[in-house]
Amino acid sequence: MDISTFQAYAYFFFTAFMVVVLYAYIYHLYSSQWKGKRDYEKYGDIALHDEITDQPIEHVSQNDDKK
Amino acid sequence: MENRPLEYDYTVAKMFMLTTVLLGIVGMLVGVILAWEMAFPAVNTIAGSGLAEYTNFSRLRPLHTDAVIFGFTLSGIWATWYYVGQRVLKVSMAESKFLMFLGKLHFALYLLVVVAVVGSLLMGITTSKEYAEFEWPIDIAVVLVWVIWGMSIFGLIGIRREKSLYISIWYYIATFLGIAMLYLFNNMEIPTYFASGGIGSWYHSVSMYSGTNDALVQWWYGHNAVAFGFTVPIVAMIYYFLPKESGQAVYSYKLSLLAFWGLMFVYLWAGGHHLLFSTVPDWMQTMGSVFSVVLILPSWGSAINMLLTMKGEWQQVASSPLIKFMILASTFYMFSTLEGPIQAIKSVNALAHFTDWIVGHVHDGVLGWVAFMIMAALFHMAPRVFKREIYSKSLMNTQFWIQTLGVVLYFTSMWIAGITQGMMWRAHDEFGNLAYSFIDTVAVLHPYFTIRAVGGTLYLVGMFLFAFNMYKTMTSSRRVEESELQNASPMGA
Repeated sequence: MDISTFQAYAYFFFTAFMVVVLYAYIYHLYSSQWKGKRDYEKYGDIALHDEITDQPIEHVSQNDDKK
Repeated sequence: MENRPLEYDYTVAKMFMLTTVLLGIVGMLVGVILAWEMAFPAVNTIAGSGLAEYTNFSRLRPLHTDAVIFGFTLSGIWATWYYVGQRVLKVSMAESKFLMFLGKLHFALYLLVVVAVVGSLLMGITTSKEYAEFEWPIDIAVVLVWVIWGMSIFGLIGIRREKSLYISIWYYIATFLGIAMLYLFNNMEIPTYFASGGIGSWYHSVSMYSGTNDALVQWWYGHNAVAFGFTVPIVAMIYYFLPKESGQAVYSYKLSLLAFWGLMFVYLWAGGHHLLFSTVPDWMQTMGSVFSVVLILPSWGSAINMLLTMKGEWQQVASSPLIKFMILASTFYMFSTLEGPIQAIKSVNALAHFTDWIVGHVHDGVLGWVAFMIMAALFHMAPRVFKREIYSKSLMNTQFWIQTLGVVLYFTSMWIAGITQGMMWRAHDEFGNLAYSFIDTVAVLHPYFTIRAVGGTLYLVGMFLFAFNMYKTMTSSRRVEESELQNASPMGA
């Protein structure tokens, strides 16, 4: 296989791979929400409730109690 | 002291707000002088022929671009970082003496760099690389400033209360990492005095790259300086300030994440479009074109997300000049991220390259998107950092319309000038002889250069109104209570 043929195959598979990664990420974002693992939309509230006295949307020590 | 409730500390943010306004005026004033010089060359010697060295186009041009990029925009990025960073991480700078010290050191060193840059550029000391004109001693100082900012970012993140990093923080981090990488690689240079054993000036250097390689690295840097200086951190701002000012959470947080990764992946490959029809490999030119077109998607992903954030609240655009600034900024973002890819298509570029259309593109992006967003951010911050309402709403409205008119005059004149120029350069008779000489094009373009100078002058007038409004807000506006600062910023008539 000469170098240009190799480049063409590599180009095609890399493009296909990136498309798969992109759609997998979109699927991940939505499926996390359906499965109740994580609701990404709640993070939008971080900007709205940003007084220092406001409760954090997720407290930094919430999952790190053992630390 | 012990009983005082914890508050955000905006000391460093205020310092950078000041340089944003001052360096904005300097950068734009120099730009306006340059625009008049283009239209009327006699302006080159306006201060007399003895001082022509300091007032001619070529001496002032890098001062204009660098003052706007590294003065106005960077100060704006840092002013907003030291404001937004604390708020979305829910941690005060006052909680860490070390971070406060770093913030002040950051500002102090930055001021020194600004003085060194202005001085050296006025003296004509440059590396002659566009947007990377600073000589090696200044480059080292720039790296130091950048490292301090990085420590400040990650230091603040390290002591945060909010576990998740809001999308704006992602964009600020990307700005930090992106520029760090670009600046280091493009400014690899050898001090000639030391390398040659004492020949020439101690501060001069030559690039470690040469010829086509130098051009490639330079435009990988140049284009991505636009990406990580004029796009990424400004997106960081709008993702915070538009939702906060309008009281509406970002329309789709998921889309903001997707657009982020899209932008990060695609932008870095698009720089090749600056070198179309040059000596770089053909495949690289094609890649530059293709990635530029793909870049529309993540750019519009963010911009549409911002417009949809206003869903059901469009009356705010009419009632609040602050929202007006941000919506126009977002619209100009969409507009210039469509225009750029069109210019990067090879057949279009064959006409557009080296013409004023490119200059028009840069300015509708920077004046319409970057500067509008930075000014909107400062307007939103002012009542919160000074505890006073914005001095005058009507002055804001006046500024908005004057500057909008200025931008429109700027880019429309440059469109016509650029396309006319491109058409005249390529026109030929049936024997292949060029139909026009260079000076023919200059004569035709003169009216458009004048319109551009008028547009730029209007924008500068708006900048003075902005500075005045900010000054009055800081010094003599009505004091406001914390309860008035929830969403929409309080404004005097």
